[in-house]
Amino acid sequence: MGRRTKISYLINFIALLVVYAIVFTLIETESISRYWSSLIILICINIIMATSLNFSTGFLGQLVLGHAGFMAIGAYTAATIGIALSGAGFPALPAIIISVFSGGVLAAFSGIIIGIPALRLRGDYLAIMTLAFGEIVRIIINNLEFTGGAKGFRGIPRLMNFTYVYFFMIACVAFLMLLARSRHGRAIISIRENEIAAEAVGISSTRYKVTGFALSAMIGGIGGGLFAFQMGFLQPTMFGFMKSVDILVMVVLGGMGSMTGSVIAAIVFTWLPEALREFNEYRMVAYAVLLIVMMIVRPQGLFGTREFGFSKLMRKIFNKTKKIDTESLKGGDS
Amino acid sequence: MALLEVKNLTMNFGGLIAVNDFRLELKQHELVGLIGPNGAGKTTIFNLFTGNHYPTKGEIRLDGKSIVGKKPYDIVAMGAGRTFQNIRLFNNLTVLDNIKIAYNRSMSYSLLNGVLRLPKYWKEETKANKACLELLAVFDLDGYAYTQASSLPYGQQRKLEIARALATKPKVLLLDEPAAGMNPNETVELMETIKFVRNEFDIAILLIEHDMNLVMGICERIVVIDYGKIIAEGLPNDIKKNPDVIKAYLGE
Repeated sequence: MGRRTKISYLINFIALLVVYAIVFTLIETESISRYWSSLIILICINIIMATSLNFSTGFLGQLVLGHAGFMAIGAYTAATIGIALSGAGFPALPAIIISVFSGGVLAAFSGIIIGIPALRLRGDYLAIMTLAFGEIVRIIINNLEFTGGAKGFRGIPRLMNFTYVYFFMIACVAFLMLLARSRHGRAIISIRENEIAAEAVGISSTRYKVTGFALSAMIGGIGGGLFAFQMGFLQPTMFGFMKSVDILVMVVLGGMGSMTGSVIAAIVFTWLPEALREFNEYRMVAYAVLLIVMMIVRPQGLFGTREFGFSKLMRKIFNKTKKIDTESLKGGDS
Repeated sequence: MALLEVKNLTMNFGGLIAVNDFRLELKQHELVGLIGPNGAGKTTIFNLFTGNHYPTKGEIRLDGKSIVGKKPYDIVAMGAGRTFQNIRLFNNLTVLDNIKIAYNRSMSYSLLNGVLRLPKYWKEETKANKACLELLAVFDLDGYAYTQASSLPYGQQRKLEIARALATKPKVLLLDEPAAGMNPNETVELMETIKFVRNEFDIAILLIEHDMNLVMGICERIVVIDYGKIIAEGLPNDIKKNPDVIKAYLGE
């Protein structure tokens, strides 16, 4: 690997640790209230949800309206396993890791099951089918015995803290970003760009579509699992159609095809409704207005398909006088 | 043995017979032109060769193996590369990435290997980068490697599409109207490129074209079709004088 790639990996890594250290200190010293610290955890979970949806919608190019369904599968699976594990006296971290990953695997599996028929459809039809999938998952959970139905799933150990969720988030986002810049990721992006051309250069569209879709579902399921351990209580209404739309709004506004755009949008759009608590009934109106304005002013979203990188930022600051070379703007490994 | 061998190829769309009893033999290193008036079925024939359509009847063999019923990406793996009448690039990606996607088949690291950035990833990616840049250099496109594909001038986009098809390492290259929308200067340049590609990469080329200067200038053999049927076949000079061809193009 090139020297410059090494340096930019290092800079990004250090920057992420610095962010962690700052937030961790703030929470530990109780400089910010419990309310804010749980909001920060929710932000991290939403970042996982938004980036994972972005992978199937922005990178693979398939409009998915049922992402909350994968989240629900991950959440309920993780909760069920988590209760069993902590009942058997497992320490917190291994219990979380095992149950959250099981949730992710089951979500990926359901992603494959639904993906094989659904991905034969295009555009609107796929959107409707995934919407139906999300609703089916919600209704099934509503009618199952062990999920507690509409009354909700109680007694999940609240094992989540900032450290766990932060590093889970880093792992998930890094997984997706590194994947996007490998040969598999390029194949997935090529399907978004032009499916016929992708097939004409030897990309198996079925295989890569199902792979991309399942991986997106898997990360979504992981996000759901973390959500279960944060809330300590699950209800089918938490994973309704509006939840899928909330996540999709983050993806669209952040920029379809930009992971860092999704991250920023997830932060803003988890915080904003909280800040607008007083005007809660106008929240959806504000969403709608914002979406319309955004689509008029910047249809490609906040970042378009570009990525933000700490190393890129540093280069820009230090090279201010020099002309920035084109390569650094082209989203190479940085 | 012929590299591409087609027999009794027929394709019906409902009641319309788009291709009727088409046959072709394309030998190693040959450069053959497929011409015909608009709607004669040329592009349909290409789509049959590349698996975008399945024939109603007939046999297509590439390097001795039947490709009927195979998916487009499998046919690419068997050695047929193509370009499109209306250019289909990965517009929002860089020129280099366009080539690297086509080069995917020559890489083998696993998904986990790629995500964890293990040594195999770096080795293969470095190799792919080098090979793709070399391929771009052949087409004088290496200077544009990090440019977005859609911002290339038209002629360069055509070249990039040909380069991309070559990155899949084909034995047969199918060019669908490569000169469409080009001015005479660009067409002359394209003729040189096609000849050069044939010699440099040692492949057989089948091309559809309306530009008679180009077809007559570089093709060794020409097949003319009208209403899905072959009406003439032979050397460029014979085709020029063939009364059936003149009738098909100009009427009685």
